[in-house]
Amino acid sequence: MLKYLRAPFHRHDVQIGIIVLVMGAFFSALSPGFLTLSNIGDLLENYSVMAIMAAGLLVVLISGGIDISFEAIAAVSQFLVAVILVQFGGNWFTAFGLAGLFGALLGIVNALLIYYLGAISVIVTISTMTFYFSVLMFITQGKSIYNLPNWFTSDMSFLSIPFPVIVAALALLVTLVLLSRLPVGRQIYGLGGNPEGAKRMGCNVLGLQCLAYGYSGFMAAIGGIVQAHRVEEVVPYALIGRELDVLAAVVLGGASLSGGIGTVSGTVLGILLLAVLQNGLTLVGVSSYAFGVVTGAVILVSVTATAYAAKRQKRRGLRYAS
Amino acid sequence: MPPDLVSRATTTARPRFRNWFAADPTITMLAALVVIATVVFGTLAPTRFLSGDTIRAIAFQMPELGILSLAMMVPLMSGGLNLAVISTANLSALVMAGVLTNLTHPSTPPLGIIGAILAALLAGMLTSLAIGFLTGVIVAFFGVHPILVTLGTMTLVKGVAVLATSGTVIGGFPQAILFLGNGSLLGIPVSMLLFILLAAVVAVVLTHTPFGVSVRLIGSNERATRYSGVATEWMLVGVYVVSSLLCWVAALVMMARFNSASAGYAESYLLITILAAVLGGVDPFGGFGRVLGLFLSMVLLQLISTGFNLLGFSPYLTQAIWGATMIVAILIAVIRDQWIVRWWPAKSK
Repeated sequence: MLKYLRAPFHRHDVQIGIIVLVMGAFFSALSPGFLTLSNIGDLLENYSVMAIMAAGLLVVLISGGIDISFEAIAAVSQFLVAVILVQFGGNWFTAFGLAGLFGALLGIVNALLIYYLGAISVIVTISTMTFYFSVLMFITQGKSIYNLPNWFTSDMSFLSIPFPVIVAALALLVTLVLLSRLPVGRQIYGLGGNPEGAKRMGCNVLGLQCLAYGYSGFMAAIGGIVQAHRVEEVVPYALIGRELDVLAAVVLGGASLSGGIGTVSGTVLGILLLAVLQNGLTLVGVSSYAFGVVTGAVILVSVTATAYAAKRQKRRGLRYAS
Repeated sequence: MPPDLVSRATTTARPRFRNWFAADPTITMLAALVVIATVVFGTLAPTRFLSGDTIRAIAFQMPELGILSLAMMVPLMSGGLNLAVISTANLSALVMAGVLTNLTHPSTPPLGIIGAILAALLAGMLTSLAIGFLTGVIVAFFGVHPILVTLGTMTLVKGVAVLATSGTVIGGFPQAILFLGNGSLLGIPVSMLLFILLAAVVAVVLTHTPFGVSVRLIGSNERATRYSGVATEWMLVGVYVVSSLLCWVAALVMMARFNSASAGYAESYLLITILAAVLGGVDPFGGFGRVLGLFLSMVLLQLISTGFNLLGFSPYLTQAIWGATMIVAILIAVIRDQWIVRWWPAKSK
């Protein structure tokens, strides 16, 4: 009986959830400003772009690959859409539609290169990241776009939930449906868990990879649009350099770099962990210069503890393995 | 085994040209690309590209990225990765800068300056050593994926550097340190000599010492290496210690070149070092790779960068070409492997 009560606590997302709750309780005890509606709203809004991009990256990680180029894809799509909106006008549908299209196409380029060159995904996506971003910087000369249309930059909310949070929730929901309700999602898990097995089962590897990397590019571009909406400008180099932060959040959420493992709920908790930590530290009055130290320590402790637990579980003869 | 397969498995049955071509395809390809780049840029900008100044400029720019790429190469050979190379270099540069600026004043006697430099070198080395040891222990004894560990150490180490300096720059070093970055011996930049020396040392260590052979074996098959009696855990700790120590030397070169240290220098180099190592023929899954290949890929990247610069292109375009070079190199390798089989089929004897 005890075994069944204890079993959930060996699940990664439950553990992370408990840590998030404990930290939340800790910070709300220390700072009265933490557990207020406005602070929670700010916190969710601040991390919405990261959540949207993390949803895309999660799918690639589960498929057994990695995508380093998504921030560059987001920057390129953001810029292209901004130029089109400024030149020709448009509305939210054209903004999201075009961004998604550009993002998906650039992501599919990654997938095609990985599939046809037989090269490791990290190398290909580092190359395409360098290429996409440098071409963008070459064309824009690093100049920002400030004259975005008013409808694009004005704040919006629905039932007092900020617009970025709604988009993030939708993105996570769509990812959840894709991964756990659609047959193709299960195939992505299969491809990541055992590529050879998936191939022999008759999975279309090229199609699945195009879907995974295209989806990552799509979500990155959507995230880029939401980011542009939030900061009310398009700065070509604003997004770049944050790809490893998003990766850290997804990995904290329990996704495996070797593929086949990862959940949307875990990813949400991974982002919440970083969000609550940084927001709480700010409210408690810790200098923002200390964020890196704390974040790095959390990543190190978390990945080490996870690996150690897995090692011990293996030694115990998979007693609690679900 | 059918005779056809037997002949393919042995190199002696190959025609001579194919034998030469396949001896080390990566080195051949890189050397060819270096020659092509030289010829192209030499034709487009003959007077400026083929001048002593250009060659000296290349020799001054190469060591920094080169040493950092060596630091990335060693873990790559073991099947790992060290994302913390840049942050390790920056932190140890900051530690050395802190010691130097605190111990020296304009009025310090030469002997005092030498003492301060030695103390700074030691402090920087110990910093790198500690980071490398921590990384290695977590990778080796807890079995955590190196990308995750070094993602953590990268964030942590950079965090420490930012926290300690509040994001400011520390500058102003003794002449002896600056000599490393700007001085020349017999017309060759000191930093370049240092890079060549380090490259030679790493090459010898990887090929001619038990440690190096173990590292490459671990990269090929860690479990088999452990079962054959190699203390793989301590070898892995050694890998990250060596990588960090190389970062320490890179830190020296960087502070000498910029005459300052900061938490945020050279960050765009992080992913470029992986690119350079893999372009140089280092297998990203570990086990295979040669320092000569890395050196040639450094030369190629610098030739492209300097050449485009001379032709008046933006530095961003150069980076784009670097990314494209990597894709083209993979493409050439794929096509080459298919062509070798198709055009020079093995003759059975």
